[in-house]
Amino acid sequence: MMKQLLGIIIICLVILGTNMTVSGFSDQVIQKGATGDDVIELQARLQYNGYYEGQIDGVFGWGTYWSVRNFQEAFGLESVDGLVGDKTKQKLVNATEYDERYIKQQINNNRDVNYEGGKQPDQQTNEPTQESQESQNNQDAATNEPQAVNVPSGFSQNDINLMARAVYAEGRGEPYNGQVAIAAVIINRLDHPDFPDSISGIIYEPLAFEAVADGQINMQPNAEAREAVMDATNGWDPSGGAIYYFNPETATSDWIWSRPQIKRIGKHIFMK
Amino acid sequence: MPGWIRWIIYIVLLIGLVGAIIWGYQEQQEKNAILIKAENNYQRAFHDLTYRMDELDEKISTVLAMNAPSNISPQMANIWKITSEAKADVSQLPLSLLPFNQTKQLLNQIGDFAYDVSIRDLNDQPLNDQELQALRELKDQSNQMKSDLRQVQNQVLTDGVRWMDIEVSVATNDQRDDEVLKGLQVVEEDAGQFDGLSQLNDSENDKKQVELDGETYNQDDIEQVVTDYFELNEQTELTVTETGKGSEVPIYNVSFDTDSFHGYAEVTEQGGNVLSYLLNRDIGESTKSLHDGRLVAETLLKDLDYEQVEMVESKQYEKVGVYKFVHVHDDIYYYPDEIQVKVALDDGQVTGVTARDFILNENKREKREFEPTLTEEEAIDYIHDQIDVQTTRLAVIETEESGEVLAYEVLGTIDGTTYRVYINANDGFEERVERLTQSEEVY
Repeated sequence: MMKQLLGIIIICLVILGTNMTVSGFSDQVIQKGATGDDVIELQARLQYNGYYEGQIDGVFGWGTYWSVRNFQEAFGLESVDGLVGDKTKQKLVNATEYDERYIKQQINNNRDVNYEGGKQPDQQTNEPTQESQESQNNQDAATNEPQAVNVPSGFSQNDINLMARAVYAEGRGEPYNGQVAIAAVIINRLDHPDFPDSISGIIYEPLAFEAVADGQINMQPNAEAREAVMDATNGWDPSGGAIYYFNPETATSDWIWSRPQIKRIGKHIFMK
Repeated sequence: MPGWIRWIIYIVLLIGLVGAIIWGYQEQQEKNAILIKAENNYQRAFHDLTYRMDELDEKISTVLAMNAPSNISPQMANIWKITSEAKADVSQLPLSLLPFNQTKQLLNQIGDFAYDVSIRDLNDQPLNDQELQALRELKDQSNQMKSDLRQVQNQVLTDGVRWMDIEVSVATNDQRDDEVLKGLQVVEEDAGQFDGLSQLNDSENDKKQVELDGETYNQDDIEQVVTDYFELNEQTELTVTETGKGSEVPIYNVSFDTDSFHGYAEVTEQGGNVLSYLLNRDIGESTKSLHDGRLVAETLLKDLDYEQVEMVESKQYEKVGVYKFVHVHDDIYYYPDEIQVKVALDDGQVTGVTARDFILNENKREKREFEPTLTEEEAIDYIHDQIDVQTTRLAVIETEESGEVLAYEVLGTIDGTTYRVYINANDGFEERVERLTQSEEVY
């Protein structure tokens, strides 16, 4: 009798123990576009009670946004706005369970997480302890690498990477706004009829960029060049809508001087 | 020194020499192989281009003799495809520094025209006289360009011209004697003479000059504006430059360095408006949430007297939050008037604003009264019935055909994918359909 009671107490403790990790949400109001652990928790909880069907990837995208709104509507919250504030969090915590360790293990092992309510605890108990120990270690080793990231609309991470290389090769040593302007020129060319309509087509067009012709494009870009590209893809254009630029000290073409100039930044003159 | 040592030295040197010769020969071979590869790429691009111009000429000529819409439409689609291939060929030739714009522009115009005709219902809307006239002129023009290019091609083949050499002479600006380049210039001039198509699809909107209100600021005024705006101390040195005649509006560019950041700002000469700025510094670990940043951005815009703006998009990139605001007036979202704000999430400082589109488009707008004639429900009837509609609102968007139009912006989902559909609020035309994505998996 005592042993049974003890057993029940232990089971209760274990359940409590897993429940302890539940209150993971930080104080922030989570809005669309956010990334990080709170978003993972949000997605996992919404998936738990069937409102979210996408990937638990830690990026608050459109799918998550609609799930939040549907949840808010179904649970009678005053404002159906897709913002996850205290009230929404409270409702979520009350209505769902979240096992942070389990979810993160699954994510780090690149498994598709299926966290519908009820299914998950069985799976967990079936798992041999050794394996979960191992994956626990794996999780620590894989220092919270994000599964997905926000990207400016119309660009992939690799496009950004390629542009960063071009900007670094062409404009290192230039002022920051000069580097943003180079990235902006590449982007302005995308919509211009005289130029190819892909990032790679523009960068690798013969003789278009000196640093491509002499192979400097293959160097690894630094963080500043990447940031400059991000700013340009997000809408900053210090070049003033330019589609050409040149360095007046090394330029040899007469034609380039005939273009209407917009401005000079650092060593480069930017033109229409 | 005994004679045999001398002989050994001779032999060693001889072996070295022979080795060097063999090595050098191999290097030379390899270099040649690479050069030939590159040269062949150029040759293919050029001969392809000539072939496509030939094809284009033939297709344009035959379209003139066609009567059945079921023949014209696919032929136009073909022309559109050929122009886009020809454009790709041009962009692979080492001509970027050579003015070859007119040719590219002409190809582009033909492509746009052919595309428009190919997708339209020719039974209802057959080619009109103006278009037929343009096509006839185009036929002569493409014929001329075709024979010019064939001429150049003949020269390339008989003289064994190498594009690698042309590349060098283009790059060093020594192109006076090059027959091939001269020939290409003739092609370019021909292309420039034709403007029959630009009359058909005129793009007046782009050419319109923007004029801003307000008094003219001089350099000293601008320095004062920037010093006040960023609360710089008087010692901070400002570098101010003016824009040239290529700029849409006259702007002063100001850059400065403080202890904590490098700053760059654009201020209009008329009215002294700060069009955009960027403050560049190292950003530490995030302590603010994306939502905190949004509140900062909203407060800032209010302080800057951008009263009627709403956030329409927010994204977190590691340590910064980027927010897009648009002008909202009478519950209508004006998408052309956008402002982007960047907030560093370590301490919540605004590190960038660009209101260029907002200020310029707001000023350019002539038509300011937008009234929907359709109701929201009527607009939704025009949408694909598979779309699960989530939200609807009125928005003004920029379209290529008719400039700014009022449309219902409908957000909806199909199987977890989110779509944005714009339905013209007056005639129910489906202006645009976009698939919305926000994030990408990390590979």
